[in-house]
Amino acid sequence: MSTNHTAPEEREILVEMRGLRIEGQSEDQWNEIVHGVDVTLRRGEVLGLIGESGAGKSTIGLASMAFARPGCRISGGTVMFDGMDLTAMPESEKRKLRGTRIAYVAQSAAASFNPAHRLIDQYSEMPVQHGVLDRATSESDAVDLFRRLKLPDPETIGFRYPHQVSGGQLQRAMTAMAMSCKPDLIIFDEPTTALDVTTQIEVLAAIRDVVEQFDTAAMYITHDLAVVAQMADRIMVLRHGNLVEEGNARAMLANPREEYTRQLLSVRSFQKATAGDATQAPLLKVEGVTASYGSGPKVLDDVSIEIGHARTVAVVGESGSGKSTLARVITGLLPLSDGSVSYKGEVLPPRLKDRERGQLRTMQMIYQMPDTALNPKQRIREIIGRPLSFYLDMTGSKREERTRELLSLIELEPDDYIDRLPGELSGGQKQRICIARALAAEPELIICDEVTSALDQLVAEEVLKLLQRLQDDLRVSYMFITHDLATVRAIADDVVVMLQGKVVESGPKDEVMTPPHHDYTELLLSSVPEMDPDWLTRVLEARQANA
Amino acid sequence: MSQILTMVAQRLALGLLTLIAVSLIIFLAVELLPGDLAEAILGQAALPETVAAFRRELRLDLPPHERYIEWLGAMMQGDMGRSLANNREISELIGVRFGNTLFLAAYAAIIAVPLALFLGILAALYRNSLYDRAINVVTLSSISSPEFFVAYILIAWLANTLGWFPSISNVHEGTGLLERLYRTALPAMTMTLVVVAHMMRMTRASIINLLASPYIEMANLKGLSRMRVIVHHALPNAWAPIINVIVLNLAFLIVGVVVVEVVFVYPGLGQLLIDSVSKRDVPVVQASCLIFAVTYILLNLTADVLAILTNPRLMHPK
Repeated sequence: MSTNHTAPEEREILVEMRGLRIEGQSEDQWNEIVHGVDVTLRRGEVLGLIGESGAGKSTIGLASMAFARPGCRISGGTVMFDGMDLTAMPESEKRKLRGTRIAYVAQSAAASFNPAHRLIDQYSEMPVQHGVLDRATSESDAVDLFRRLKLPDPETIGFRYPHQVSGGQLQRAMTAMAMSCKPDLIIFDEPTTALDVTTQIEVLAAIRDVVEQFDTAAMYITHDLAVVAQMADRIMVLRHGNLVEEGNARAMLANPREEYTRQLLSVRSFQKATAGDATQAPLLKVEGVTASYGSGPKVLDDVSIEIGHARTVAVVGESGSGKSTLARVITGLLPLSDGSVSYKGEVLPPRLKDRERGQLRTMQMIYQMPDTALNPKQRIREIIGRPLSFYLDMTGSKREERTRELLSLIELEPDDYIDRLPGELSGGQKQRICIARALAAEPELIICDEVTSALDQLVAEEVLKLLQRLQDDLRVSYMFITHDLATVRAIADDVVVMLQGKVVESGPKDEVMTPPHHDYTELLLSSVPEMDPDWLTRVLEARQANA
Repeated sequence: MSQILTMVAQRLALGLLTLIAVSLIIFLAVELLPGDLAEAILGQAALPETVAAFRRELRLDLPPHERYIEWLGAMMQGDMGRSLANNREISELIGVRFGNTLFLAAYAAIIAVPLALFLGILAALYRNSLYDRAINVVTLSSISSPEFFVAYILIAWLANTLGWFPSISNVHEGTGLLERLYRTALPAMTMTLVVVAHMMRMTRASIINLLASPYIEMANLKGLSRMRVIVHHALPNAWAPIINVIVLNLAFLIVGVVVVEVVFVYPGLGQLLIDSVSKRDVPVVQASCLIFAVTYILLNLTADVLAILTNPRLMHPK
């Protein structure tokens, strides 16, 4: 994305980290989490750092500001910034560099803006406190940057509090804040991960433009190779605190050298063969359902969907579209105010407490956050055994035997795992335990609410494959709530697209995913980043031509 | 704004309801005291006729619910009745005493609240340092010692050994402000020592609680000084719990100082309450308790309103 006259590789070196080692503290012990990584960044260059969680990418990004999070320390190597050795610099000197010459854009702007101060106060704080600009100049700069970043009402938006501004706008305001002292380098730490795809594309475009206009060097940290492909000149692939592969972005995407990079590239290739029988009477039928929280506005408005035997229905939409609320209505957690939910032709009582145990058993849920969905004080034996006793009256050796069977089913060795606590498992393993717990009830329908969103891509893919295998073997139906269209492509038979509490389009996957689309489905589909480095430019041009 | 007014109105209504419940409890508690009030006051030697006449005068011959309504109605009009002990107007009796109690509480609060905030912010800034540990030990020891103990130590040291302050805080209506401040210095110090620890520890804890938030990390990455991060970024979000604890302690300064007043022979409401209980001066006891209750409820109401005013989400709705 550099459009400068000199090629990036000929420009002056801005950041040079040599043999960087970082340690993290756990229970009074220091463990190395970054094992001697070299990073070089030239002026005006955009470097993508990519890897799964635990790869050390954020830690390395922060190390270029000579900052280590609490519980971490830089234990070896050197960090040079513009000829200065940051590792040998006193804290007060480093403070002067932070914000003025190296700025940071965090993953969640909503959490990283101080809720107690207006945006403009937080924007002006850096230039004023560092004595770079006076308040009035800084405020007029802000309006200019807000305009360049295409924020609505650039003159007045700064006078709002963070909670009065949407997530995508906050992320752009944070980019503006990082730019307030015209730094040489900005660290972007997963700036679009928390956003919906349709918002993400706008933020990506805004960041790319403004970084280019000011010729700022950037480190772009993400777990999404398709996103980094749009942003970076050069990419470093990291894993477990080691460098896997480094090179020019286009060259690496076209021709990855390492197996791990190839895996990351092909992560979205898994696709199921359509299963189940669409002609049979549906298992679950939702008709004209309307619901709201308390006396608030309608969260669901006349929603109708059907879920067939042994089929997977993906419900897609942005945050706030009502997809999770639909799951709450189906399970009876939120009573509907109009319409009906029927199961095998029998209308279910709207309230959870009016449903019989048999009705409860047939429908189980798996949640987004396996960390909070499992009781941290219970062992796996108890977590999986509980529904066996509750729904199926199993006790003693019968229950133990079935628990072990379920563990084998989700591909975890029973002897190794049955006595563990959730804290001793990885994120993917915890989600597998949640799946086993749902299966223990021998349900016919499992509602999966964003079950792969909190997992790394490779782990998520394994979980999807497991769910698919279980469907083939056990003939369960899935209602799969997700905002990720790649997941939809991978696992769905039928697709329901939701927007603001309404179903805008539904039908078999092939029908919904191929043109002609409903306008909103089109917007959603075209906003999903692709590995092609020219994708963002192409989409933006196409949209401009249509407008 | 109307949303805030509604919330304040709701709190006020709730406060009023609490007050009525408290008045009922006070009334019933006195009602449940063993023995007959008239007999108790007049002594066993009193003639039955005298007792009966006295009962009529106290209106004890009426059923309890009628007396309660009559009492509450009079209270609401500001008529607290007369003392049984000396037949003086209770409002007059209590007025001066309550003023003294408020004076002492304000004196202690003006020292204690800023001191606690200052020490708490410093402790958060230099957490786990020697200063942090030392201040924790000192304030904890002072809160763990009973008030009378702290009071006697101060008397022994500052009054007897050094002779800086008087050990008895006798004030009357004619005492000038400076003289008053001088004479009540020791009780004010005692109370400061008793309440500082709680407020200081809450300030420290609620600031430290926020230090792991992403916006504090952001403030650090903006290169701001540690002081600015704590005071400008953490403190504004920590007010709600701090205010609650401050108000709780202010209430304690007014309502809970009986022991300190007794030690320093200070003519406050607490002293009066104790005297009246021993004299079985029931109307005075009831009126004092009700005043304490009103103070407590009003202060908590203030805390609620302040908590709302420091919450930008409520002050600046979408």
